[in-house]
Amino acid sequence: MDLDKFKVHGEPLIYGAMVSIALATIGILVGLTYFKKWGYLWREWLTTVDHKKIGVMYILAALLMLFRGGVDAMMMRLQTAAPEMKFLDAQHYNEVFTTHGLIMILFMAMPFIIGLMNVIIPLQIGARDVAFPRLNAVSFWLFFMGAMLLNISFVIGGSPDAGWSAYFPLASLEFSPTVGNNYYSLALQISGIGTLITGVNFIVTILKMRAPGMKLMKMPMFTWSVLITNVIIVFAFPVLTVALALMMFDRLFGSQFFTMANGGMDMLWANLFWVWGHPEVYIVILPAFGIYSEIIATFSKKNLYGYTSMVFSMLIISLLSFLVWAHHFYTMGQGAMVNSFFSITTMAIAVPTGVKIFNWLFTLRKGRITFTTPMLYTLAFIPIFTIGGVTGVMLAMASADYQYHNTMFLVAHFHYVLIPGAVFAVIAGFHYWFPKVFGFRLNERLGKHSFWWIVISFNVTFFPLFFLGLMGMTRRTYTYSEESGFGPLNMLSFVGAVGLAIGFLLLVYNIYWSTRYMPRDTTSDPWDGRTLEWATHSPMPIYNFAIVPTVQTRDALWSAKQDNIPLYDDKKITKIHMPSNTGKPFILGVIFFILGFSLVFSLWIPAILSGIGVIVMLAFMSFDRDHGYYISAEEVIATEKKLKRGETV
Amino acid sequence: MKKKGPLYALFLSLILLLPGCSSLTVLNPKGPSARTLSDTIILSIVVMLGVLAVVYILYIFVLVKYRAKKSNEGYIPEHEEGNKVLEAIWIIIPIIIVAFLSVVTVKTTTEVENVAADYKDQTPLVIYASSSNWKWHFSYPEEGIETVNYVNMPVHRAVEFRMYSFGTITSLWIPQLAGQKYAMSDMLTTLHLSADTEGSYIGKNANFSGKGFAHMEFEALVMSNKDYDEWVNDVKETAPELTEDEFKGLLATDFLGRKTYSSTHLEFSPPPGDHSEHMSGDGSEMDMDNGSEEHQDNKEIHPSPEPSSGTEFDSEPDPEVEQPLPSSPVDAETHDGH
Repeated sequence: MDLDKFKVHGEPLIYGAMVSIALATIGILVGLTYFKKWGYLWREWLTTVDHKKIGVMYILAALLMLFRGGVDAMMMRLQTAAPEMKFLDAQHYNEVFTTHGLIMILFMAMPFIIGLMNVIIPLQIGARDVAFPRLNAVSFWLFFMGAMLLNISFVIGGSPDAGWSAYFPLASLEFSPTVGNNYYSLALQISGIGTLITGVNFIVTILKMRAPGMKLMKMPMFTWSVLITNVIIVFAFPVLTVALALMMFDRLFGSQFFTMANGGMDMLWANLFWVWGHPEVYIVILPAFGIYSEIIATFSKKNLYGYTSMVFSMLIISLLSFLVWAHHFYTMGQGAMVNSFFSITTMAIAVPTGVKIFNWLFTLRKGRITFTTPMLYTLAFIPIFTIGGVTGVMLAMASADYQYHNTMFLVAHFHYVLIPGAVFAVIAGFHYWFPKVFGFRLNERLGKHSFWWIVISFNVTFFPLFFLGLMGMTRRTYTYSEESGFGPLNMLSFVGAVGLAIGFLLLVYNIYWSTRYMPRDTTSDPWDGRTLEWATHSPMPIYNFAIVPTVQTRDALWSAKQDNIPLYDDKKITKIHMPSNTGKPFILGVIFFILGFSLVFSLWIPAILSGIGVIVMLAFMSFDRDHGYYISAEEVIATEKKLKRGETV
Repeated sequence: MKKKGPLYALFLSLILLLPGCSSLTVLNPKGPSARTLSDTIILSIVVMLGVLAVVYILYIFVLVKYRAKKSNEGYIPEHEEGNKVLEAIWIIIPIIIVAFLSVVTVKTTTEVENVAADYKDQTPLVIYASSSNWKWHFSYPEEGIETVNYVNMPVHRAVEFRMYSFGTITSLWIPQLAGQKYAMSDMLTTLHLSADTEGSYIGKNANFSGKGFAHMEFEALVMSNKDYDEWVNDVKETAPELTEDEFKGLLATDFLGRKTYSSTHLEFSPPPGDHSEHMSGDGSEMDMDNGSEEHQDNKEIHPSPEPSSGTEFDSEPDPEVEQPLPSSPVDAETHDGH
C-alpha cells in the first residue's frame, strides 16, 4: 500500500488545520472522559430517535459546517482581494472553492433546514414524533458521516478540485488524478441517501400524522413548504444517486460513462447533475419561504394573505424546478430552439415567486409590525431576494446569458438568491424557534447588532460582483492581473466579507451570552405565536403534547387565544406510546463511513468487509422487533405538573 | 429604515455607472453579436429596475405605515383572506413581462446563433478553435495556417468559430465581440461573430478547467482586410510547418506563448463530428467513438465526418481565399458611424 497518497503536502495552512483538528479531537475525547460524559453522550444523543434532539444535532452540525464553509469563503476573498495575490496557489484555491460550494449547499443549508424541519414539523402538526423515528436517526447519521468524510479530505489525501458541479472530463481520473473527486462521489452519495430517506419520512409524517381536523388546506405554511420540498427531494435525489454511482464507477473501476474515451459523454454528467442540481436550489429555498411566512404572520399579527395562492405557487415552482435544468449550460451549443424553451420555463418561475412576494407585502399591510430579530431578517430578505430574483430573470434570457455565464455576475446572482433565500431564513428560524427548544430567547440587542453587520456586509460583499461580471471577470479565477482593473471592486468585496465574518461571530457570541444570562421564558409562547408548536411547553417534553390537539382553523393557536376556539376536545390524559432509543443507526453510519473511506483510497479488503457490514446491519435492522414503550398516564400528569410550575424535567 | 441607505447608494451608482462605462466590457460591444447582447442586457436591466421600484415602493409604504407605534398599541389586525382581483393583477402583470422578455430572448438568441444580418451575404471565414490544457489553437483551414494563443481576423467579416477541446470543457469568450460557447471533446460547437472596429480584444476561456485556468487568455486582434491578407501571406512564407510530432509536443505542454505555423493540425487530427450529426440517429454512436479516440492519442487519421454545412475544411488551402474578400454592405457606413 502506498502511504504517500494519504498525505497532503506543502501548505503551512494545511499543517495548521491538521494540528488543530488533532488537538480538537484529543480535547473532546479527554473532556468526555474527564467529565464522565461518555454514557450521557451515548444515551442522550448518539442513540436518540427523538426528532427534537436529531434536529438539534442537524443544526449543530450545520453551524460547524457554516464555520468551515465561511473560512473557505474568507480564504477565497482574501486570495482575490488584490491582483497577483500569493496567499493560495491554484490547486489549493480550486479545492477551497469546490469545498465551499459543496459544504454550504449540501452540508450547511440543507441540514440546517432539515434540522428546523425535524424540530418543528411534528410540533406544528400536533404529532409525537416523525413517522419513522429510527429511519430519521439513520438519515442523520448518514448525513453526518458523509459530511465528516468530505471534511477529512482536506487533510487526508486532498479535497475535490473540479468545482461543486464536478464537470467531466475535468473530474475524471485523467484530469483529476488525486483522490479528491473520489471523496466527492462517496461523501455526497452517503449523505444523499440520508436525505432521500428524510424525504420519504417527512412526506409520510405530514400526510399521515396530522392532528385531527388539520386538513391539508389548514396546514401551517411551513408545513406545506416542507411537504413540497420533500416531494422534490424524493424526485430529485435519485438522479444524483445514479450520477454519483456512475462517477464512482468511472473513477474507481475504469468504466467510461463520462470520460473522453470510448464513447463517454461529458455532457451527460452536466445534464444529470443539473437535473438534480436545480431542484436542489428549491429544496433549500421553499422551506425558507415557509419560515418567512410563519414569521411575517406572527410579527404583523395577521394571518397569511392569499394562503391558497401561496400553496399553489409553491406547487408550480416545484413542478417548474424540474423543467429548467438546461439553463445552467445554455452555452453548450444545443441551439436557439432548445435554449428558448428553457429560457421561457425559467422565466416562468418568476411569476409564482412574485406572487409570494406580493402576498407577503400584503400580509404586512394593515398589520401591526414589530421589529424583532427574526422579523428583521425576514424584512431584509424581501428587497435583497428581489434583486436576486430579477437578476435571475436576466440570466434566464439565453442570449444575454452567453455574456453572464461563468462570470462573477452569476456568482453575485446566486449569492443574492441563496443567502437571503436560505441563510437569512435559517438564521431567522433559528432565532424564532430557539426559545421553543431551549426555553429562553436569544438576546435581542446582540441579535440586532449581528443582523446589521450581516445584512450590510452581505451587500458590500456581493453587489460589486455584478459589476465584476460585466467587466469580464470569470468565476473560479484564483488570480488576475493589475491591468484587468478587477482589483478595487474585489478589495471592496473582501472588506464586506470581513464584515460578514464579524456578523457571524456576533451571532455565535449571542448564543453563548444568551445561554448564560438570558432569563427563562415561562410563557411557552414568547412571540405570541399562531401555530401549534407554541401550544406546548418550552422546552417541550419528550412526548410533545400531553393531549393531542384538535384543529379547526389554520392558525389554530391564534384562534384558541383570540376566539376561544378550544384546542383540546378530549381533556383526559392517557398513556403515550413512544419509540425506544437505538444505537443501530449510529453504528450503521460508522460502517458507511469506513466503507466510504476505504473506497476513496481503493482499499478493497476493508471496503468489501464494511460493504458486507452495511448489508448485515440493514438486514438486522429490518428484523428488529422493538415496538417501543409506553409512558404511563400518571407519569405524564406528573411531568405536566412540573412543567407548569416552570421546572425542567 | 436604516438599511435602505446603502442599498440606495448602490442602486444610484448602478444607474450612474451604466451608460458609457467603458470598463464594463460586456456593455462596450465592438461587433453586431455583442451589440445585440448588450442591448438585450440593458433592456432587461431597465425592465427589472421597474419591477424593483414597484416592490420597493410598496415595501417602504407598508413598513412605514403599519409598524407598531405607541398610537396603535393594542390594535389587533383583522383576519384577511386574500383578494382575487389583487392576486390576479400580480399574476397577470408578471406574465406579461415574462412574455415580453421571452419574445426578446427567442429573437436575440436566434439572432446571435446565426450570422449577423449585415453579414448574411458573406461566406464566413472559418476558424477552428481548439483548447488543450491551458492553451488555445486557432486553425484557419482556408488559409492553411495555425496559431497558438492569439487569433487575428479581418474587420467587417463574418467569422465562424468551430470549437472543440482536446480535454476538459472550455468556453471561448471574446466579450466585446460575442457571447461565449463551450468547446468540448465529443462535439463541435459553432460561434458566429464579426467585428466592426479594428482593435485588440481580450479573449479567454470562461469555463473552469483546472490548475492553469486563470492564465488561459488570448488576444483577438481585428485588423483591416489588407493587413490581414498581408499577415496571412507572411505566415505562409515564413512560419514553419506544423508537423504531427510538433503538434503532439504542443498538446503535451501545459502553457505556451504565441506560436505560428504555416499548416494546420486538422490535416492529421480532424475535429469531432458536429452537433447536427450527433442528433441524426444511427450514425451518431460511431461518430462519437471516432471523435473521442482521436483525442486520446492523436495518431491516426480517421475519416472525419464532414461538417454538415459543407464548408470548406480541406487539407488544401481553399482557392477562394486567394480572391478578394466579399465586400460587406456595412463596409462603407460603419467607419463614420462610430
